[in-house]
Amino acid sequence: MSRKVKAIVLTGNGTNCEIEMAHACKLAGADTVDIVHISELLYGEKRLADYSFLNLPGGFLDGDDLGSAKAGANRFLHAPVRNHREMLFEQLLRFINDGKLILGVCNGFQLMVKLGLLPALCGDYSKQSATLTYNDSGRFEDRWVYLQANPQSPCVFTKNLSFMYLPVRHGEGKFVARQSVQNTILRNNLLALQYCDAAGNISLDYPMNPNGSEKAIAGLCNETGRLFGLMPHPEAYLHRTNHPRWTREALPEEGQGVAIFRNAVNFIRSSDF
Amino acid sequence: MADRIEVAFQKGVRDALGEKIKKRIINNLSLPVQKVNTVEVYTIEGNLTSKELSAAASGPLSDPVIQKFAINKPVAGSFDWLIEVGFRAGVTDNVGKTAREAIELLLSDKSRKISVYTSRQYLIAGKINKSDAEKIAAGLLANDLIEHYSIVSARDFDFVRGIPVYIPRVAVTDNPAVEEINLAAVADDELLQISREKLLALNLEEMKAIQQYFRNKSIIAARKKNGLGEKITDVELECLAQTWSEHCKHKIFSSLITYTEGRRKITIDSLFQSYIKACTAAIRKAKGKKDFCLSVFVDNAGVIKFNDDYNLVFKVETHNSPSALDPYGGALTGIVGVNRDPFGTGMGAKLIFNTDVFCFASPYYRKKLPPRILHPRRIYEGVREGVEHGGNKSGIPTVNGSIVFDDRYLGKPLVYCGTAGIMPSRINGRPSHTKEIKPGDVIIMTGGRIGKDGIHGATFSSEELHEGSPVTAVQIGDPITQKKMTDFLLIARDRGLYRAITDNGAGGLSSSIGEMATACGGCDIDLALAPLKYAGLKPWEILLSEAQERMSLAVAPEKVKTFLALAQKMGVEATVLGKFTASGKFQIRYNKKTVAFLDMEFLHDGVPQLKLTAKWQPAKYQEPDFPEPVNWGAVLSKMLSRLNICSKESVVRQYDHEVQGGSVIKPLTGAANDGPSDAAVIRPLLASMEGVVVAHGICPRYSDIDAYHMTACAIDEAVRNAVAVGADLDHLAGLDNFCWCDPVKSEKTPDGEYKLAQLVRSNMAIYDYATAYGVPLISGKDSMKNDYQIGKTKISIPPSLLFSVIGKIKDVRRAVTMDAKRPQDLVYIIGETREELGGSEWFALHGKVGNCVPRVDAGKAKSIYRALHRAINAGLVASCHDCSDGGLGVALMETAFAGELGMSIDLSFVPYRGRKRNDYVLFSESASRFIVTVAPQDKANFEKIMQGNTLSEIGFISNDNLFRVYGVSGQLIIKEKISKLKEAWQKPLNF
Repeated sequence: MSRKVKAIVLTGNGTNCEIEMAHACKLAGADTVDIVHISELLYGEKRLADYSFLNLPGGFLDGDDLGSAKAGANRFLHAPVRNHREMLFEQLLRFINDGKLILGVCNGFQLMVKLGLLPALCGDYSKQSATLTYNDSGRFEDRWVYLQANPQSPCVFTKNLSFMYLPVRHGEGKFVARQSVQNTILRNNLLALQYCDAAGNISLDYPMNPNGSEKAIAGLCNETGRLFGLMPHPEAYLHRTNHPRWTREALPEEGQGVAIFRNAVNFIRSSDF
Repeated sequence: MADRIEVAFQKGVRDALGEKIKKRIINNLSLPVQKVNTVEVYTIEGNLTSKELSAAASGPLSDPVIQKFAINKPVAGSFDWLIEVGFRAGVTDNVGKTAREAIELLLSDKSRKISVYTSRQYLIAGKINKSDAEKIAAGLLANDLIEHYSIVSARDFDFVRGIPVYIPRVAVTDNPAVEEINLAAVADDELLQISREKLLALNLEEMKAIQQYFRNKSIIAARKKNGLGEKITDVELECLAQTWSEHCKHKIFSSLITYTEGRRKITIDSLFQSYIKACTAAIRKAKGKKDFCLSVFVDNAGVIKFNDDYNLVFKVETHNSPSALDPYGGALTGIVGVNRDPFGTGMGAKLIFNTDVFCFASPYYRKKLPPRILHPRRIYEGVREGVEHGGNKSGIPTVNGSIVFDDRYLGKPLVYCGTAGIMPSRINGRPSHTKEIKPGDVIIMTGGRIGKDGIHGATFSSEELHEGSPVTAVQIGDPITQKKMTDFLLIARDRGLYRAITDNGAGGLSSSIGEMATACGGCDIDLALAPLKYAGLKPWEILLSEAQERMSLAVAPEKVKTFLALAQKMGVEATVLGKFTASGKFQIRYNKKTVAFLDMEFLHDGVPQLKLTAKWQPAKYQEPDFPEPVNWGAVLSKMLSRLNICSKESVVRQYDHEVQGGSVIKPLTGAANDGPSDAAVIRPLLASMEGVVVAHGICPRYSDIDAYHMTACAIDEAVRNAVAVGADLDHLAGLDNFCWCDPVKSEKTPDGEYKLAQLVRSNMAIYDYATAYGVPLISGKDSMKNDYQIGKTKISIPPSLLFSVIGKIKDVRRAVTMDAKRPQDLVYIIGETREELGGSEWFALHGKVGNCVPRVDAGKAKSIYRALHRAINAGLVASCHDCSDGGLGVALMETAFAGELGMSIDLSFVPYRGRKRNDYVLFSESASRFIVTVAPQDKANFEKIMQGNTLSEIGFISNDNLFRVYGVSGQLIIKEKISKLKEAWQKPLNF
């Protein structure tokens, strides 16, 4: 009998993609999927330890008022869990150390980067070493982009994936890091997903690279490959009718985004977990 | 003492906002600036230690990878001019609030209270002088109504201390007194003076009705028992003015109108009852068992059935007057405000999409602006940004909209915002679309706090924009506070923690609780319990404040504790204000003492009916006589570049139109994802293939000729847009939003009788066409004073009706988009083209109006819509695009370039009535027409299904990327590259 996959989709304070993220987990075969408001964690009513797959969906945590996910990260770091004498962040670190999976999409990715969960070089999850900042265009944009997965990446979410088409919907998606950090990311293949053109060539040019990300980085994992964040929205392409050209192209019924979640579910069921 | 933390980008990091501002300064103001850098400033009150300050600065307030900060000294490096912009006292500062909450988490003493005020510095490098800097500050960066700014040159700047600390704290008047006014012995002119001075917007008859009420002996006796007397309190007067305002009471729509048209003279007792409500009643009756309406005209939004298990809720509002003063705040408040309508309908609905339609003057307007008017470009950018923040941050996709341009919107831009929701048809065993309140239920207000924001919004929007328009009428919405509140309330709803819910919009508590109290017959609240943003509000201000993000609820006494505990856990403020009663009285207290005591009946039904006259005298214009064009390439480019026709992609892209994961037909479609969709389709339930269709129609130019046909065309446009993507005509509901110029004859409005006749005719058309199509109206709104008058300048908008429709498509996989799909597909036109160019874009291009406005033949149209629906359902339609602004010609080109394919058309095959001119055939705007492409193998089946309707095969799709047109007499008149046409269409608003 295979291991049960229990997914938690965290919401509250401005998160807004929790329903489609939960739907993606279900389509991918997760055994239980709970949408949990962060106050339930802070009140100790729910514990991260009871789950194996944490989803951090898109949205605008606290309006992104201090920069994307900044106030949200601050809450994770400094909000105490009632009656448990610990900060939420300590629960999160235990979750990571237990080898469990975290997927952050858009605002969830921004949150992971600002907390230091990604790229978390040398397993240091407590220091922010990169950032996601304002698009070069200076504006929020909703557009579909082509993506190329890195076959050498340890990322469990992009395993066996190559070329994808997903929407981005953000104003702060430009990946920035110091050169030394970028080099380590490349060397360790933490770069899991890159923006490319329709032919699959990695692109630094607008609009293929919609935000001006350095190294065309769209998605990033940590060294274990179990923590993954990306700016594009896989949960927004779960059915072929989500594709902007579904009325003119022959497409499979299932949207490409499901595969990322299925990889996560399969990994948890596998002996590698 | 307050401290300042300044945050700037590190050297070498791109400042995207600075670059955007630089571009705007160069493009909009033509000033030569080389560089703009931005600095975020946090001014913190609360005696933070230097350790705490540095924890705040290096923690939540800055990004260590790209930013640097300075505490109590300037971070600014080199610049020529520094402009710092901050909010005025009392203006909502969302970032300040978030910063405060973030910093409070860092403090070891969690009960410590601090305040944070934000401002932003713009460091400008460039050869500009002081007056240029002033122009940039006042004309671009700051809105004087809500923001203050300081300008310093590098020479005068104190590089040690920086900009001095400035705290926009609201000055507290420690005197929340209630004023009493004696109306009993006051003469008429004095009554009017009171109305004017207090911005009540009440007329003499209304003031006299109030005066009469206060002369009633038994009423006075009852008042005395409650500690009041013969005088009216300011709380009561303000409450009556709000409840009776045009904005809330729709007095013009309820008036008694004598309408004359030639020899015909009729009396109309309430347009609303006679046309709007009457047509819905007739349609529902005709539909019988197939009636899908559940709640119409009684709640904050209309409710229809989606399927057996779910209901749809839809409402469209306008937020014009505030958007004229502060485009960003006005539009943001417009969208988060209309969100609360479906949210406050029945038991409350989960919000599934937003729509927005704007009417602006040209962003390229070059003439001198009258006083107090912002440049249309600034309005355009501000409104766009407001809707972006309101929609995106709330996690509600903005799926449908349009922008209409006409320079008469200079005085008042129109900002229509719509929101739909979905709710289970039964919640905890009870129908979800009804409201029930029992005497004894506790009144709870939840969400944001009350400030002076938005006071007199309801009365202000019942007037034209004038010199004394109040600045407090402007508010800035806070989507995150609202999101937190709606997250909480949906859980409370499903757990059965409240009995009824409504929103606080125009009129604030006065309106929300006043309306809810009608359900049980009275209320008793204490305003001193209400949570305030700052002390010093007078009781009437608390009652009337339109501070945003608040809902009012009726909670059963035994549920109050659980309700409040859940609110606290989820970080949402909720406060008990009093209880609902059956006393028949609207009783308001302040610290237990009664400050308002009005009969519910008088409050809601005491307003005297207006008596108005309307005279219809059709306008006559000179018939244009320009010759048929020869240079067709230039003509097509000019038409495609018309502001009303060109691409709105730059706006659409900045709205999230896909959040919630159910997007099926997006606003942009086609081979390069940039063609203009006719309507939107979404799947609100991700596990189901059932879809919601939303579309709209608006054609204000036609009202220059006849508002009857303008309305008919708007209804037809909305319906045909919905049908074009696959909606079922038999499951379509409409919403009417009237934006009119003042139609009441007066010294200021000598042509009031004509404008009222336009309104009457528009209502007649609503009745005629909604009934003919069987599309019931479920909700709507009117905004009647869209004029600007300062000095001798008066600008009135053209009568503008927005008709929105919401409908259903059984299987979204049947939906159709407007882009040409494959070479060799056949091109059809459905519907007859007539010489109807009155009010058209083609005539407008020549500065003409004309007289032959498009007329809708509802019988023929309905037959077409049904047949086309069958063809779409049978999978026989490859693409379908409606013909509207710019007629057949524009629809054909859009179909071709959206598909990145060529097209060959023969105009001699177009079913046409009138003088045969190529330009007339191409650009007539006759209603009820579509361009459809069909695969050759589907030709026979398609034609069979469409049999009996006007239909003609007029060409085919080609793979040579050329748009070819053979004219009415057979010769090739147009041969243009698709890419060139698309470029002309994309260019005008691509900023």
